[in-house]
Amino acid sequence: MSNARTLYDKIWETHATALGDSGDSLLYIDLHLLHEISSPQAFAGLREAGRSVRRPARTLAVFDHNIPTADQSLGLVGVQDEEARVQLQTLERNAAETGIEAFRMGDPRNGIVHVVGPEQGRTQPGMTIVCGDSHTSTHGAFGALAHGIGTSDVEHVLATQTLRTRKSRNMRVRFEGALPPYVGAKDMALAMIAAIGTGGGTGAVIEYVGEAVSSLSMEGRMTLCNMTIEAGARAGLVAPDEKTFAYLAGRPSAPHGADWEAALAYWRTLSSDADARFDEEVVIDVSGLAPQVSWGTSPEDVVAIEATIPDPGSIDDPDRRTSKSQALDYMALKPGEPIAGTPIDRVFIGSCTNSRIEDLRAAAEVVRGRSVAAGVRALVVPGSGLVRAQAEAEGLDSIFAAAGLEWREPGCSMCLGMNPDRLMPGERCASTSNRNFEGRQGRGGRTHLMSPAMAAAAAVTGRITDVRKLMS
Amino acid sequence: MKPFIRHCGIAAPLPLANVDTDQIVPKQFLKTVERRGLKAALFYDQRHAPDGTPIAGFVLDQAPWNEATILVAGDNFGCGSSREHAAWALADFGICCVISSRIADIFYNNSINNGLLPVTVPADLLAHLMGLAELGARLCVDLERRIIIHGEDAYPFVIDERVRARLLAGLDPIGEAQAEEAAIAAIEGRLAAATPWLPHPAEAEGHAA
Repeated sequence: MSNARTLYDKIWETHATALGDSGDSLLYIDLHLLHEISSPQAFAGLREAGRSVRRPARTLAVFDHNIPTADQSLGLVGVQDEEARVQLQTLERNAAETGIEAFRMGDPRNGIVHVVGPEQGRTQPGMTIVCGDSHTSTHGAFGALAHGIGTSDVEHVLATQTLRTRKSRNMRVRFEGALPPYVGAKDMALAMIAAIGTGGGTGAVIEYVGEAVSSLSMEGRMTLCNMTIEAGARAGLVAPDEKTFAYLAGRPSAPHGADWEAALAYWRTLSSDADARFDEEVVIDVSGLAPQVSWGTSPEDVVAIEATIPDPGSIDDPDRRTSKSQALDYMALKPGEPIAGTPIDRVFIGSCTNSRIEDLRAAAEVVRGRSVAAGVRALVVPGSGLVRAQAEAEGLDSIFAAAGLEWREPGCSMCLGMNPDRLMPGERCASTSNRNFEGRQGRGGRTHLMSPAMAAAAAVTGRITDVRKLMS
Repeated sequence: MKPFIRHCGIAAPLPLANVDTDQIVPKQFLKTVERRGLKAALFYDQRHAPDGTPIAGFVLDQAPWNEATILVAGDNFGCGSSREHAAWALADFGICCVISSRIADIFYNNSINNGLLPVTVPADLLAHLMGLAELGARLCVDLERRIIIHGEDAYPFVIDERVRARLLAGLDPIGEAQAEEAAIAAIEGRLAAATPWLPHPAEAEGHAA
């Protein structure tokens, strides 16, 4: 039998205790990220049991899910929603009392937890990372084993710095070929989820390989790994390479000096062995990939921009057929109609999927010199205060403002509509976020997932539009 | 945590695929700082008009399923957000067990942590149990014997042994992990050698919550 190991096997072996009698282990956690929604009950549980936070220095708290995206400089007293304010104050107090570093709302380092971790250099190759948020899979872009957990497990990690878990299966997704213009990481992720389904990765950790993955920037790899949870997988991984190291160099929490050299030597060992065995393999050729758009209420309900809306009547499984028919009713769309040309009311450019500098540049390129269509309201919400500052230094805010898009302060915003940014019933939104679930962006709201360039094209045309045609 | 050994009750059918945790508990209920009190939040948008008026017709509001303690759900139940509020709300309603052909990873773990038994069964058995649930059947789920019982019929299911052991014993997972301190400290030592640039524990680090 071969001793060849996958990258996932290697990270697992470094961090897990020996298998217990029942086949599970404790997995040591290198970095634990906290936010206001999923942590208050965990701290309360610790308090009730008289337990301590084991490694405050390996824990970082941010404020992102329910913060407003305007007037953050007023501080928490400026948060109008009282329940949200109490939750934010609770995190502030819990962090202060337990010695955990917290980036407060309005601090330029604050922002969406999955933008902040990498930006600060906290996220590093070979680490194990958890957060009470399903999109923790984002950090896998650095070759870190990263996944979401619930609040009871947040409490478990605070108390023990470990997670009781069982090893997942190894799955590999190979993206072959070169990406065409105006087609990117978001399109790759949506095409994969359409191919394998939202449950297709259940029980697996996916390693992404292939020419198209290597060619992605770190921002693109984060988008791809971010959406891995939408395929049901526990985590996504991209082996670290020179792009990864270049991204990390000089970041505040990245190693410096002699430590940098030691870290590089370690990080270069982090890849799957050439003959490592994967339990499952999926191959997707991207050379002919078109921009992808979702039509339904699950991230697997995706078609290419030039395609028509599929007919649920052709599905054999009765539960699935019912679900897809209900999705079309909810979305007020008909089978056989082209997805392109569907009129939209709102545009959201942001979220942990697509709020990084490269995403904002892609959107700005499309709206530059154009104007938001009449009747359309468009929001741009950068992923962190630092992304916002970088975009302003590049003049992107002026491009958005000139085109009529609103330039906001950082946060999760309209991805999940916990703050005041949300859809009204019946409104249709071109969104760069990750979930098109019923009511996700506001009750009765209709979400179409797409890339930043495609969302920008929708903003200026008022319809779901093929960005390649707009830009040709 | 209360042990789960055997449970009998009314099973409610939810014959939809990919029911996500946003449906189980919508966003407006995530601002709580408590674990309890989420019964009213369960499937809120399906059970209430936008102005908050109850809408009749959702399965858990109709007899006999308003007293259901078992949920039989379509494939890939609990996908999406990691919100543990979904498990809390189901438990608050009185649901002790969810049966599906596939249960999403994070929801599965959240269920276990709340003593809620997640059972996965093959698609054909799910279809059969869904049919029984639609007739208002009472099912028994016996975790000790790993069978679902309806009348004279018993249907075996497969479950991860650690999950079974933990639910049968009703153990405190944090206490269990803390009992493995020597193993945890050994990993910390190993990682301190491999990644010396990261902050490693000083003696007696740890802050009371």
